[in-house]
Amino acid sequence: MWDYTDKVMEHFTNPKNVGEIESPDAVGEVGSIVCGDALKLTLRVDKKTEKITDAKFKTFGCASAIASSSILTEIIIGMTIDEASKITNKVIAEKLGGLPEEKLHCSVMGMEALEKAVANYRGEPAKKETIGEEKEICKCFSVTDQKIIRAIKENNIRTVGGVTHYTKAGGGCGKCVPEIQKLLDEFWDKNDAKCEVKKAKVKPKKCLTNLKRISLIQDTIDREIRPPLKADGGDIKLVDIDRNKVYVSFLGACLGCPSTGVTLKALVEAKLKEFVDENIVVEEVSG
Amino acid sequence: MKKIIYTDNNATTMIAPEVFDAMKPFLTERYGNPSSMYTFGGSIHKDVEEARGKVAHLLGASDLSEIMFTSCGTESDNAAIIGTLRTYPEKKHIITTKAEHAAVLNLCQYMETEGYRVTYLGINEEGMIDINELKSSIDTDTALISIMYANNETGVIFPVEEIAEIARQRNVVFHTDAVQAAGKIPMNMTKFPADMVSISGHKIHAPKGVGALYIRRGTKFKPFMIGGHQEHSRRGGTENVASIVGLGRAAELAEEHFDDEIKRVRELRDKLEKSLLEKIPNTRLNGSKDKRLPNTTNIGFEFIEGEAILLMMDAENIAASSGSACTSGSLAPSHVLRSMGIPFTFIQGSIRFSLSRYNTEKDIDHIIKCLAPIIEKLRKISPYGN
Repeated sequence: MWDYTDKVMEHFTNPKNVGEIESPDAVGEVGSIVCGDALKLTLRVDKKTEKITDAKFKTFGCASAIASSSILTEIIIGMTIDEASKITNKVIAEKLGGLPEEKLHCSVMGMEALEKAVANYRGEPAKKETIGEEKEICKCFSVTDQKIIRAIKENNIRTVGGVTHYTKAGGGCGKCVPEIQKLLDEFWDKNDAKCEVKKAKVKPKKCLTNLKRISLIQDTIDREIRPPLKADGGDIKLVDIDRNKVYVSFLGACLGCPSTGVTLKALVEAKLKEFVDENIVVEEVSG
Repeated sequence: MKKIIYTDNNATTMIAPEVFDAMKPFLTERYGNPSSMYTFGGSIHKDVEEARGKVAHLLGASDLSEIMFTSCGTESDNAAIIGTLRTYPEKKHIITTKAEHAAVLNLCQYMETEGYRVTYLGINEEGMIDINELKSSIDTDTALISIMYANNETGVIFPVEEIAEIARQRNVVFHTDAVQAAGKIPMNMTKFPADMVSISGHKIHAPKGVGALYIRRGTKFKPFMIGGHQEHSRRGGTENVASIVGLGRAAELAEEHFDDEIKRVRELRDKLEKSLLEKIPNTRLNGSKDKRLPNTTNIGFEFIEGEAILLMMDAENIAASSGSACTSGSLAPSHVLRSMGIPFTFIQGSIRFSLSRYNTEKDIDHIIKCLAPIIEKLRKISPYGN
């Protein structure tokens, strides 16, 4: 069972702006029954102001596809075509309070329909990322290399599973998985190389006075560690520092959470090693 | 919690109250190990054997030693298939169907990576296999035929008796995954010449985590779960006593309720099916109407998607399942319905209702009342709806 947010369920059970605008000013259609979801978006646009005065949708798909479409119409009504053209799948997912990762492709479908509608309004051919040959990678869901690369780039995807969540590619027979991996490897080889250069410049400094060291640890905790914990309802506090040993205690939802052991090493210690000192060891103590 | 209208019994079933009562002593005071020498433990051996007797009776087995308890249907399937392949290491060919449960299908696909050749028999639009295709697939290299008794998604019953006869003539071991059939329709192993039969507890009102494998006397078998002397050294591991006792009681109850299942449950299923097909346009029955389990119906609602239907039904406290892509765990819709060649417009909106003896006419009326507006609402949202 999917863990849908209340917002998703609200837009699924009572979708807004269902239907089709008669003789619309713009139409965007994506997907098909074979793919498992499809969306037809129709817009009414004020020619003078280029404002979207009305938007309606018809969607074939699951709860999150219907909810994504519904919220999309709410987002874009009142926007200018220009403003709407900047709406990404992230905005759609965020407005819904998040989507299960396996369902992120539903928000991508919303974005694609909108892009097509904008292009249709402007009388342009459908927008393409790069000029050149597009190659169909996933035969089951007709997903091209361009679409995959774009998803990787825009959503910082690192795994084949991630690509499947956003684009569905690789989610059918699975034959294209090696090709998706190749695209990931190629993309990140290029981009990580760029990042390495940046990272090298901000190498942690080792010769810190004790006071500076303490404040850097506290800063790192505040900046890098607490926000993701807080996002899950938890928190952490610095208890003591004894040379390379840093003692922390978990708070809020982290208390009694079985995965704090992992969090301690994979997040807290890793970040402190990255930003302060490679030799740091973190231990949990009761606050 | 509101009363749930539970029509997903091919997924799992409610533990019968009688089953729970039978299990209780073994979850509390009678915790001994049946292998022990002292009475406190050793006496429990008798309870395990009594349960074995009840399962043997359900299947019409001629000897208690033909029943081996396992942890689930999947283990039974694995034990049957891997046990047989280990027995005949020189033979490298398996025959199965495209409609199998993942427990058999994925295992066979895995065996392909281990150097086995697998023939996957196709199914037609009725969900039925072609016996001639089976016959022509058997060769001297064939180690095993594994074909399900009844399909979990459509309820379609395969001609397993005929298959067993063919396998016997050709001297090939025949295993059938009867997880969906056992306890719903009578079975008699003295007349049905299959060599191995898998069953599962939680599909027949026993708890999850227990199953059994029928192994016909004289069938060569190498253990899959290697360990202690339990189950005649064919399946190591201390017996899951409480659940085995539960399975025994469930087997007994299933026999008592066969008539109810075959008459009343079938009538309820037929009423549900007929009403939905008549009342709602653009619907179809997926699978054979006649050669079917009495409790299952799989209906395709065109132009809408299954998960959406299920969630709307959930809001009405109705539990069922779907073959749509969104509900399958993968992104591809049901392999069974696709193999049947059912149009995608129907597959994505396919809903399986699977009843049990605990369903009432009131349940069915509630579903019939709720479904039409749900389908209508979703079709209004769908771009293909009009």
